[in-house]
Order: sequence, then C-alpha cells, then structure tokens
Amino acid sequence: MKIRVNGVDQTLDDNVDPDMPLLWAIRDLLGLTGTKYGCGEALCGSCTVHLDGHAVRSCVTPVRRASGRSVVTIEGLSKDGNHPVQKAWLALRVPQCGFCQSGQIMSAAALLAARPRPTDDEIDTSMAGNLCRCGTYPRIRAAIRKAAGLPEDAT
Amino acid sequence: MTAPVRVTRRAFLVGLNLSLGGLALGVYPRLATADEPSGRAGPAPQPASEAHEDATKGLDPNVLVHIGDDGHTTIVCHRSEMGQGVRSSIPILIADELGATLERVVVLQADGDKKYGDQNTDGSSSIRRFYDDLRRAGAAARMMLISAAAKRWNVKPESCVARDHQVIHPPTQRALGFGELVPAASKLPVPAAKAITLRPESELVNVKKASLPLLDGPAIVTGTALFGADVKLPGQLIAVIARPPTVGGKVARYDAARALKIPGVRRVVEMPVPKAPWMFQPWGGLAIVADTTWAALKGRAALEVSWDPGSNEVADSATMRDEMLSSVRTAGTPLRSLGDADAALASAAKVIEAEYLVPHLAHITMEPPAAIAQVASGRAEVWAPTQNPQAARTEVARVLGIGEDKVTVHVTLLGGGFGRKSKADFVSEAAFLAREMGAPVRVQWTREDDLRHDYYNAVNAQRLRAGLDGRGAVIAWHHRTAFPPIKSTFVAGTTTPAIDDLQQGVLDLALSTPNVRAEACAATPRVRIGWYRSVYNIFHAFAVGSFIDELAVARGMDPRDAWLDMIGPARILGLQDLGIAKLSNYGEPLDRHPVDAGRLRRVVERVTEASRWSTRKQQGRTLGLAAHRSFVTYTAVVLSVVPDKQRVFRIDEAWISMDPGTVVNQDRVRSQMEGGVIMGISNALFGGVTLKQGAVQQSNFRDARIARIRDVPRKIHLDLVASGGPPCGVGEPPVPPVGAALANAVFALTGKRVRELPIAAAFRI
Repeated sequence: MKIRVNGVDQTLDDNVDPDMPLLWAIRDLLGLTGTKYGCGEALCGSCTVHLDGHAVRSCVTPVRRASGRSVVTIEGLSKDGNHPVQKAWLALRVPQCGFCQSGQIMSAAALLAARPRPTDDEIDTSMAGNLCRCGTYPRIRAAIRKAAGLPEDAT
Repeated sequence: MTAPVRVTRRAFLVGLNLSLGGLALGVYPRLATADEPSGRAGPAPQPASEAHEDATKGLDPNVLVHIGDDGHTTIVCHRSEMGQGVRSSIPILIADELGATLERVVVLQADGDKKYGDQNTDGSSSIRRFYDDLRRAGAAARMMLISAAAKRWNVKPESCVARDHQVIHPPTQRALGFGELVPAASKLPVPAAKAITLRPESELVNVKKASLPLLDGPAIVTGTALFGADVKLPGQLIAVIARPPTVGGKVARYDAARALKIPGVRRVVEMPVPKAPWMFQPWGGLAIVADTTWAALKGRAALEVSWDPGSNEVADSATMRDEMLSSVRTAGTPLRSLGDADAALASAAKVIEAEYLVPHLAHITMEPPAAIAQVASGRAEVWAPTQNPQAARTEVARVLGIGEDKVTVHVTLLGGGFGRKSKADFVSEAAFLAREMGAPVRVQWTREDDLRHDYYNAVNAQRLRAGLDGRGAVIAWHHRTAFPPIKSTFVAGTTTPAIDDLQQGVLDLALSTPNVRAEACAATPRVRIGWYRSVYNIFHAFAVGSFIDELAVARGMDPRDAWLDMIGPARILGLQDLGIAKLSNYGEPLDRHPVDAGRLRRVVERVTEASRWSTRKQQGRTLGLAAHRSFVTYTAVVLSVVPDKQRVFRIDEAWISMDPGTVVNQDRVRSQMEGGVIMGISNALFGGVTLKQGAVQQSNFRDARIARIRDVPRKIHLDLVASGGPPCGVGEPPVPPVGAALANAVFALTGKRVRELPIAAAFRI
C-alpha cells in the first residue's frame, strides 16, 4: 500500500491490516507522533489530519482509504512551523498542555483553506469537533481570526 | 539563538530564550540495552558539543542550577508541565534572581528523585510553596559569582551587582561574564540558606512581564513535543488492558485463543490482582501485548473473558444518592462550631433549607494515561506523563521488587493532568509488563479505560440550613457534607471526611453569621477516589454559592448585597472567629495566609463592577455570581446567560476576578483563569459519571460530555488582582465558583433552581 505523507511517498508492508486506522499507521508504523489519540471514535478531533486537503479524523479512517492519496499531518503542515495558523497560535500563546493542539491546528487550517474569512459562528461550527480540556477555546477563536487577518476580538 | 544542546545523550534541552522547541528529558545514566528514544520523525537535534557532553565542570550550587565555564546555564524544572506553564515559570524565576540572560539558559526536565524535594505537582503549589526556595536557588549561584568577582577586583561584594549574565562593579565600570567567574566561584563554599539574600522583587524583570513566548510552543504547534505515548524504544511492544468493570473485581474465566489469532498479538498476560487499599497498584485484568496499538485493540476486542464483580457490584449511583442524602439528614461529626447554631435555628423567624448533590467527576485528560517502561539487568527505566515522578518511582520499585535506586522515571510533557496523573497506576502497569515481556512495553489506556477506571472526584451530598431573624438577618448557619474521602483510596474502610478534608470551603468559609455549625457525614467509597482540579472545593463552592443566592431570594436582597453581607466586613478571621480547632490551610501557616474576608469582598466587588451587576437582568442577559477561597487564593466569577431556542440558555459572557497574591508569569496565570472558568462550566453543565451494578456507565465523549467551543462564552473577561504579598495557588482556584455562578444565573433566567449537577440533566439539554 502506498501513501503520500507530508509530500513523501511511503510504502506500507503488505501484511498491514487495511482496516488499521490511519492514526495508528501514522503513529506506530511511520513514527509521526504529532497526531494524537484521544477517543478512537471521531468524537474529540485530536487525531485530525488532512486527506487530499480535507480534514478527517484519522482514528476512524481505515488506512486503505488513504491508499494512493495524500496525507498531511501536523509535521507536514508547513516547513519550519510558519503556516499562518501556527504563527497565530504562537503569537497568542494558545496551547496549555498542548495535546489537542495539533488536531485543533489541522482543523483550523482546513477551515481557513475553505473559508478564508470565517464568521464567529462558522469558527464555532467547524471547530465543534475538536475538544480541549484545558480550555484554550477563547484563544483558539482569536488565533483563527488573527490567522485570517480579522480582528482578534469576537464581534 | 541558542541551538538545542544536550547535557548527556539522553537529555534534550529547551532554550529559555523561548524561541526553540524540542524534547526535554532528565539526565540519568543510560541502560546498556537502551538506544536513543525518539518520538519524532523529523531531524534529530543537533549533536551535543563536547563541552556539554561532559557538563560536570562548572558551578553547581544546588540541584536546580548549573553554570558551565562557558557561561551556559542549565536550570532544572523539577515539577511537571501539564499546561500551567511551570516549565517556564520556575526557570524564569531562578534566572531572574541569578541575573541570567534568558538566551543563555536551557531548561532541563528533572527525573523523579528525592534530591529535588517535593516534586508532586498538585495542590496549586509550585510557585505558592516554593517561591522563596526557587529564588534562593538562583541567589546562591549569584552570590558565589559575585564573591568570586569581588575577590578578583578586591572590592566589597555588596558593591557588585549581577545582571545580563555578568557581574558588574558599577563604581569602576568593570564587568566579568558568568562563565569567566565559574572556575573561581565553583571553589567557594555554597552559602547557607539563612545567609542567602534575595533581590528586591522589582528586579525580577522577566517574571513580571505581561507575557513570554511559550517554552514548548514551537514543538507543540509542529507536532514534535513529546507526550507520554510519543516515546519510542527499539523493539517496543504495545499493551492494552482489559480491566474488571467493578472496583475489586477480578478475572473469573478467560480464553485467549481468539485474541492470540489476531496478527501482531504476542501474548495475553494476567495482571496482578489489586488488593485494598488500592493506592497506585496496577489495576488488574488481562493485558494484550502486541506489535502495534491496533493489534492490541483488536486483540482486546477478541478476548473472551468473564469477570467476578466482587462486593462493589451492589454500587449504584441512585442508591448512593439516597444513602448520602440520609447521611446528611442525620448528625455527623461536628468540626466547626461557633455560638449556638441549634438555639439560633430554634429561635429563628424563618429557616431556609436546601440539599445539593454533585456526582463523581472524571478528569478526562485529553491524553489518556500512557507510559513506557523497559526492565533489564535489574534496572527499570520509565517514561511517563506523571505529576508525581517520585511516587511513580516508589510504585515501580514495589511492583518489581527492586530498590528505588534501580528505577529511573523520566517525565514527559503531560497531555493534561488535573490530578489524574499524580496516580502512578498506569506507570506501574508498564513496568510490570516490560518485565513480563522482556522487552520495552508501552501501556496505552483508551478513552473508555480512562473514563471507567479513574480516581474520581468524590461524589457528594450537602444539606445547608440557615436561620433568619425577624428582620431577615442570617443568625444561624448549619452545614453538613457527606463524601467518600480520598483517604479511602489509601486506607481501606475510610468513610468519613476528616478535619483536613473540610478545609476546602467549609471550615475556612468567612461568614458574618454569629452561630455556625458544620458537620462531616459518612459516605461509602465504591470507586477509587482521588484529587481532581480543586477537589472538594468543587462541590462545597457549588452548594455554599447556590445557598447564599437562595438566601438572597428569601431575604428579598440583591445577590451581590447578600454575598457581601454574608462575608461581613473586611477582617482577618482566626481559628476562634471561624469556630474551628485547626485549619490545615493548604499547608500554609495562618499568619502568612490568613482567612481574609477583605480579599474575598474585594473580588466580589471588582467582578460585579466589571460585569455591570446593577444591570444584571437587563439588555437580554441574566447574571449569576459566586465567590470562593481555595488554595489561599480569592476568586469571584460572574456568568451571563441568555435564552437559546434549542438549548434553553447559552453562556454568552464571563467575568473572573482572582487575587493570588504575587504573580509569576502573568500570561500563564491568565490562561489558567480562562481554562479554569471553562473547566468549571464543564463540571457544572455536563460533569459526572454514574455507576450501575458497580460499573461506570459512561464510555466516551458521546455520553461523557465536556464543554465544546460552542458551549464556551465568546468573551471571558479576566481581572487579575495583583495584591502582592506571598504568592497563592493559581491552577485550581479559578474552578470552584463557576458552578454556583452558573446555577445562579440559570435560576435568574429561568426561575428553576438546580441543586443537583449536572445542570444539563435538569434541563434535558
């Protein structure tokens, strides 16, 4: 099975279970640990990656669905961490513990790719699948607005 | 910019110039069998320079500070990072006291070792309890460097200053860099603690900055930060454990055949059966050990097992609720007594009474517990997201039957802690399995495991009664609280809270009421009970804060006025004024951290002013207020709720005023305030797991809800009251007042008084 991950073609062993969630293939087989396990049922968003440019929950995406397609993980979102979302995240010091943040960033990047100037409601709707227990939501909203070139404060 | 350097091959450091990310693990002798762990697929950190590979040369005044003869300074963070910012707060405090330039400082995460003193990162204590000690660690190094310089120049040490990584003699404008002074300074005696003098606080320049870049921020936003499950060792296996659904249950029968047929599953291992008291023991069951996490999960699903439920099969949340209510309807152990509450209640013109219930709360860290261990040649080495690496070390040594000196515990970043990860059960599971398998093993808890096998915050019932005289003044206050105390996890059979448990919002409650009684009532523990961010304060603040609001209604008063009336005038309350024999006061002496009604009043006044309280039922919004003292910090919260078509109400705005004394690393304190309000909303709105036939009913985020982004107010206004004085707790104090503030706002909007959490259940939302 061939998957393009962060711009690099990867070949998975023939005996890899095609039902293995993409999450575990990324983490256990490819050694990319920026994508996190949080629930295993697409309920928390910690495992969000881009599959052909769309945000997907890798914990419920069988690896076979990624076969022949392009996956981008947090490690491949940008060179040197300079994606506008990553920059806004650091500028506003969004993370607390940091565990959910790669999923948050991947969801936010996908949102801004589709809606470059999202409304507050659109931010809440599209980020509703990404849980954060530390409570970084206010700064996530502000950082998305900042990355979009909008005023940081809610309207 | 400083490149990431390594003091040993094991120790990745993060520069305190706060512009670089990387791993950070403690220094420890490597095992012969171990190769470099790597959790990252990206390029390895820069190879260490020879100077740092052999970094024993230099000035080492204590275990927290090392200055090399090139001036490179290493500061140890001996407490665990779980989002509160301790990995920057501790080093910056030490660096400022030392006079170091941040660009020349790297931060090293300590292993678990008694030489560091208390490493148990809980109780909102890292700055509160160690502020002066941490400063002394930096000051000792500064004084030795100054002594060396003064000797060289033949001037008085008092005439020299240390700043910008050098010692300066202002009268003659001479200066020597720290590195140049290290060879001479390291030969000087380390000043005794009593002889160490601290700088004026005004000189702690970085500590006082409004914000600093996040130490681990770059690593977090690029996915290279190292959490518990991210450490990889060569040849490692992964274990998922099928645990008995009830506490005290065990395996009755099992058949591993189907599990072993899953490709990649290596073995099914019987875990040791835990015995009461539960403490931090491995939590029993059957471990499926496999090559990949997926194979282990499939193996667990295929495993055929039946359980002997043990005596807790009778446990049922509905029954426990009834038991606790009858417990608070009869007299308990009196622990606070002022005046004569019985007589005052008997003579009262009116008696108001209410009962409050709060369920078991789960921590639900976004990172479920995970740890990796390897055991070889009689030694164990563990990497874990632990809040308490010394307890983990002790438990691993106990499980393996080896000395603690043979156990190394490295602390990774914690993907949330909140008290869950101060318990070492998941760490000792990894160590047990690594020995059984003769290979490194990572134990991975699933979300279901996390929810069903937590050390829950105690379930609670309270009964509050107040007597009003003919003019509506509160003349009596009678408080009963029942919950299974945390001690039950450590001493089997403990059912009744002790005096130290009731410090959290019962005994230290500043009241103007002349007649007060508080009693502790029994509740049978049915699960492992543990610390959860702000602990018993959660339910005590909910009940007291709701009851004061109920009294306001009964007295026909504005709730803010009722709060200020109940607190009484600004004053210090001693043990006699409180009517108590002792107050453990979060380990703080009462003369340094008294019960200060004035500080509680002030946060109430400030938060109501900021939220324009006088308009509390206007402009389409309705406000609710509550305040609380915890971890010797004073916090008040106002929440605004507005009607919502689908969900009855929505929280649209929040205000929090918090007075934690002296503040270190203001931005991380503010982020704790934001996060605390949101965790408080989760607790009040959605919190709680329930037991049925002894087993936790909830399994994942579909039935165990926490606040999502849409549940959180669009605006959270932070008022950090910089009152000065000794630093108080920060991580936990924002949480307790939120529940009552929300219940009070919801009452003001809907007329429905919710006395049992979660609020969402009362409205079926």
